[in-house]
Amino acid sequence: MYGVMAEFATPERLLEAARRANAEGYRRMDAYTPMPVDGLTEAIGLGHSRVPLIVLLGGLTGCFGGFFLQWWIAVLDYPINVGGRPLNSWPSFIPVTFELTILLSAFAAILGLFALCRLPWPHHPVFNVPGFERASQDRFFLCIEAQDPRFDPQATRRFLEGLGPQGVMDVAE
Amino acid sequence: MTPERSNVQVAPPDEFPVIGAEYDYGAVTETFSSIVLTRPTPREWYLGFGVGFVLVTVLLVAATILFTVGVGIWGINIPVAWGFAIVNFVWWIGIGHAGTLISAFLLLMRQKWRQSINRFAEAMTLFAVMCAGMFPLMHLGRPWFFYWLFPYPSTMWVQPQFRSPLVWDVFAVSTYFTVSLLFWYLGLIPDLATMRDRAQNRWVRRAYALLAMGWRGSADHWRHYEMAYLLLAGIATPLVVSVHTVVSFDFAIGLVPGWHSTIFPPYFVAGAIYSGFAMVLVLTIPIRKIYHLEGFITLRHLKHMGEIMLATGLIVAYGYLMEAFIAWYSGNIFERFMMWNRMFGPYGGYFGALMLFNVLVPQALWYKRVRTSVPALFLISLSILVGMWLERYVIIVVSLSRDFVPSAWGQYAGTIWDYLTLAGTIGFFLLGMVVFIRLLPMSSMFELRAIAPRGAGADASAR
Repeated sequence: MYGVMAEFATPERLLEAARRANAEGYRRMDAYTPMPVDGLTEAIGLGHSRVPLIVLLGGLTGCFGGFFLQWWIAVLDYPINVGGRPLNSWPSFIPVTFELTILLSAFAAILGLFALCRLPWPHHPVFNVPGFERASQDRFFLCIEAQDPRFDPQATRRFLEGLGPQGVMDVAE
Repeated sequence: MTPERSNVQVAPPDEFPVIGAEYDYGAVTETFSSIVLTRPTPREWYLGFGVGFVLVTVLLVAATILFTVGVGIWGINIPVAWGFAIVNFVWWIGIGHAGTLISAFLLLMRQKWRQSINRFAEAMTLFAVMCAGMFPLMHLGRPWFFYWLFPYPSTMWVQPQFRSPLVWDVFAVSTYFTVSLLFWYLGLIPDLATMRDRAQNRWVRRAYALLAMGWRGSADHWRHYEMAYLLLAGIATPLVVSVHTVVSFDFAIGLVPGWHSTIFPPYFVAGAIYSGFAMVLVLTIPIRKIYHLEGFITLRHLKHMGEIMLATGLIVAYGYLMEAFIAWYSGNIFERFMMWNRMFGPYGGYFGALMLFNVLVPQALWYKRVRTSVPALFLISLSILVGMWLERYVIIVVSLSRDFVPSAWGQYAGTIWDYLTLAGTIGFFLLGMVVFIRLLPMSSMFELRAIAPRGAGADASAR
């Protein structure tokens, strides 16, 4: 068994349920919503995203790597003397440095997102729940996972039923 | 994180709401997914597809003859070596800029009205940049060697010249296309999951499932997603500005009178936004009519786009004025001649038409009656698209045809192949847009759910 899942009609009820579950001491849980819900990250008990750090590292790589590429080509690999001007004519290298900073930041953002979300992940237990297709449309789900130390199939189910859901379902592994 | 995503917000009472009052989460999902999945394809779609298909065929014929015979079939010559190809390149890439601006800049500015139009404006960017990219490639003469533009360990032991704005352009445009594609795909992922969950046909469902990569809308995913989306918007905004700045460097760094001007970067960027919003309006107005999306793309959207066109149009007009003023004030005989020749020389008619289409006609947007009139906005947008094309024609052709030494002067006119290639790329753009509308949700459903008015109202009654 993967966990027990409750379905809610509105984001407000889901938020309330997530806060109550957190107060009850449940830690291993996740919510499934058709759009981002303000305050849900905190209600579930998740911290800040680490995407910004990954983007920063990607951007710095693009910036220094891009400049180094041009410097290496213009000074060492293929030097061209243009009227005796310095080979390391760095102001001319700024536009490409900028573009490569943007390019590598963007790739870092997307690949970092996929890595942190562990996507692609086509077969997840929550997809087995009947009616879960509405999680991408108009319903809001809260799943308390079996790995939680306080998880008990009967007690957790009763707890979720007390939160005013549309229904409570077991999630098979 | 961003307030416009908050789903407890009700749109303030307004003369022109951002989104019709009768739409809740379900209605948003139903409206945009059914266009792709269940509703019959409207007749106008087939018309658009047919016209696009015919013009793409024209493009293929024109390109085949070009590659067989060479660039001599075009009107280009010495001194006017750039001609239509570069005019069209700058025109198309400028059009693309509105899409990124709507999706990235308006997100940072927390403008809720972007939600209904950002997806197809971004698709417009992608197809416009593809059209733009074709022209320098065809103009290369030997397009099969395009990869010589990139630094790679070649057996000829040569490398690109990084002091050249043309090399900057390669990096700017290819980065722009890549980042636009990534941004567009990122925005699509949650909606692809919706399409996966709503598709009835097994193979259609699998195709969407593959593209959605198993997105399940988990709170853990959304926190990373929102951050990644915001950061991409943050880096895409300076990118747009940099791309058209670099495009303007192609001219401003040259010494040709009429090109060598420090006002080029800001006035090119403003012109790009100007023509881009005109293209968004030209696409939006028929789409909202054909698919009955007046509740999602309201007069509010059209009015705001009209206001942006008015503002950027004034910046462009200021650019023209400053070019003329500096030409006179500099006292430089070549600059003064350039300006005189531009206005009264052999291409004076183009300049007159440019002033009419790009400066005079858009002044009608000062009137609110005009900004809220759909046919007027459509016609003004067409006028701006023509005007912006003429602007690039005037800058490129007129300046090149009369540079410093009269013995080096020449005359230029596009040939039939120039016009057919331009028409062909318009067809490619049209075909891309109609296929996109048929296969993918054209508006961002997950972002619209967050501002759907009845989402909050329904909740109040449920309590």
